[in-house]
Amino acid sequence: MGEASGKMNNYDVVIVGAGPAGLAASIEAAGAGARVLLIDENNKPGGQLFKQIHKFFGSREHKAGTRGINIGTELLDDTEKLNIEVMLNTEVCGLTPDKKIWIIENKEISREITAGKIIIATGAYENSVQFDGWELPGVMGAGAAQTMINLNRVLPGHKVLMLGSGNVGVIVSYQLMQAGAEVAAIVEAAPTLGGYGVHTAKVARAGVPFYTSHTIKRAHGKNRVERVEIVQLDSNWKEIEGTEKIFDADTICLAVGLTPMVELIWLAGCKFTFIGSMGGYVPVHDRYMRTTVDGIYVAGDVAGIEEASTAMEEGRLAGISVAYDLNLIDDAQAEKRIEEIWTKLDSLRCGQFGEKRKTAKDRILEEGEGMILCHA
Amino acid sequence: MSCLKKCGAPSIEELRASPGFPTEEDYKTGNIAVIECIEQIPCNPCETSCPRGAINVGNPITNLPTIDLSKCTGCGICVVKCPGIAIHLMDINYNEDSAMITIPYEYLPLPQANDTVTLVDRMGKEVCEGKVEKILSSKAYDLTKLIKVSFDKKYYEEIISIKRI
Amino acid sequence: MTRIKDHPILGKDTREEIVTITFDGKEITALKGEMIASALIANGVHSFRYTEKHNKPRGIYCGIGRCTDCVMIVDGIPNVRTCVTEVKDGMKVETQYGRGEWKNE
Repeated sequence: MGEASGKMNNYDVVIVGAGPAGLAASIEAAGAGARVLLIDENNKPGGQLFKQIHKFFGSREHKAGTRGINIGTELLDDTEKLNIEVMLNTEVCGLTPDKKIWIIENKEISREITAGKIIIATGAYENSVQFDGWELPGVMGAGAAQTMINLNRVLPGHKVLMLGSGNVGVIVSYQLMQAGAEVAAIVEAAPTLGGYGVHTAKVARAGVPFYTSHTIKRAHGKNRVERVEIVQLDSNWKEIEGTEKIFDADTICLAVGLTPMVELIWLAGCKFTFIGSMGGYVPVHDRYMRTTVDGIYVAGDVAGIEEASTAMEEGRLAGISVAYDLNLIDDAQAEKRIEEIWTKLDSLRCGQFGEKRKTAKDRILEEGEGMILCHA
Repeated sequence: MSCLKKCGAPSIEELRASPGFPTEEDYKTGNIAVIECIEQIPCNPCETSCPRGAINVGNPITNLPTIDLSKCTGCGICVVKCPGIAIHLMDINYNEDSAMITIPYEYLPLPQANDTVTLVDRMGKEVCEGKVEKILSSKAYDLTKLIKVSFDKKYYEEIISIKRI
Repeated sequence: MTRIKDHPILGKDTREEIVTITFDGKEITALKGEMIASALIANGVHSFRYTEKHNKPRGIYCGIGRCTDCVMIVDGIPNVRTCVTEVKDGMKVETQYGRGEWKNE
């Protein structure tokens, strides 16, 4: 691998992914005095936070009532104040359990760096579903449409049919209307709607119809989506013939869940567990966000799909525990902060929606329990 | 089957069963905050933003909000702070025939004062016409606008917003 | 309009600097700093490539550089992810048919 001149090759902490979790982790670790490098493959930091133009839920400590974009700006300000080195347009192509990291900068320079500790905060990607015509231009992830309207400021289409009524589906539907598009319908395969009622209510009052126990049968169109055919499902998820309905639409958005982007964690040799409600295979970790490989930590959606607000708290946890494991903060200080953050996480993981996530997260932590002893 | 989880919007029965929703007597007291928050989600900006301490969520923050209407002045700050866009103000005594609703609004274009607009119910169905009395915006609202619309008071329980223009 | 000129939360689009790129030989204008995919969509282009076996059109799918559905030939290089590649003045963007070929190899 080529050596780039004049650049550091060794860091206390390397964080992969400059989204909400990675940014929060970098602030905690650097704030404690660690020499931190934050890497992201995109040309701007922030991950998916800058397309979250809605006001966040939670309480004051979670910045509730503040729009995601503004939370992102605050995080970036903090990383600047702390002079955290951020390497953008940089892909991490490999890493080893002894914490060597192979990076490619600007698709040109290949080099190796080493880290005392690595925090992997690579986030997640959108799931897809297949139906006749699903490959037509105009069929895209709901997050892709959100990127187009809120970051790129172009409408991918003018009339959209949304598949999936979870929070992503309903929030993006609302934001598509804010961007000037029309939402033809929100279609949900399950018998009940998935997202928060307040989100579904605000699109319902905008006149968007919901179809539960329905799915997309096919997309019609020659070079692009022109019409969408939906069909009702029976209690065994079988299509009921004769219940088809056709909508004019030029865009189909799929909001059918996310999968953690865990490739680097597999490469590092960390232990995984399968939890469907967390997005599939997730790395086993303890309450300090340590994986089963010494010195490798995880935070955010890559450690189980949740929300930006929980991702930020997990990032803070990872940053603090890295600082602690590097002997930059003492026992009492670390414990106090970690308890504070767990209180906040617990408050985000309660209620009829959060409880499920808490149960799933507890399962990951249980598997990680044995390893805490190994670390001590 | 819950209307909220089937059609997307709560039914009037579901709302009446929630603690933040006013009774008929409450409506008569004047310009009040109507909270349509019927699911336990982790959220409390309504509570922390209220300058009078009229709204209570407490601990855990998934509790449904309750409101002490004797303290509510109808200032509208909770309306813009609610991330769920689930609060509006309703004044059924606006004048003899009209009620006035104050709604949070985040679409373009904005209507203008004195415009005639179409008011809709929770399912987006057109109910009646109304007149835009005022549009409020402030830095504290963080880009959400408050639109005050007067309309025939007999529809006060149905009306939730205006049709996008 | 496909470009979102004004937005209730994001405000007015203040980007002004324009670059010119070509799409299959035809000149189109793009905003400096934007991604190739968004410039194409703003110009009404939705088919970015055609699949090898069935010759079916594809457009953007994930929008964040993961799925490779939006790849095109850019300045002669095939399989460039247009959703995460910025436009540059004079850039040549071409529809990709099949898997694409690297020239001069």
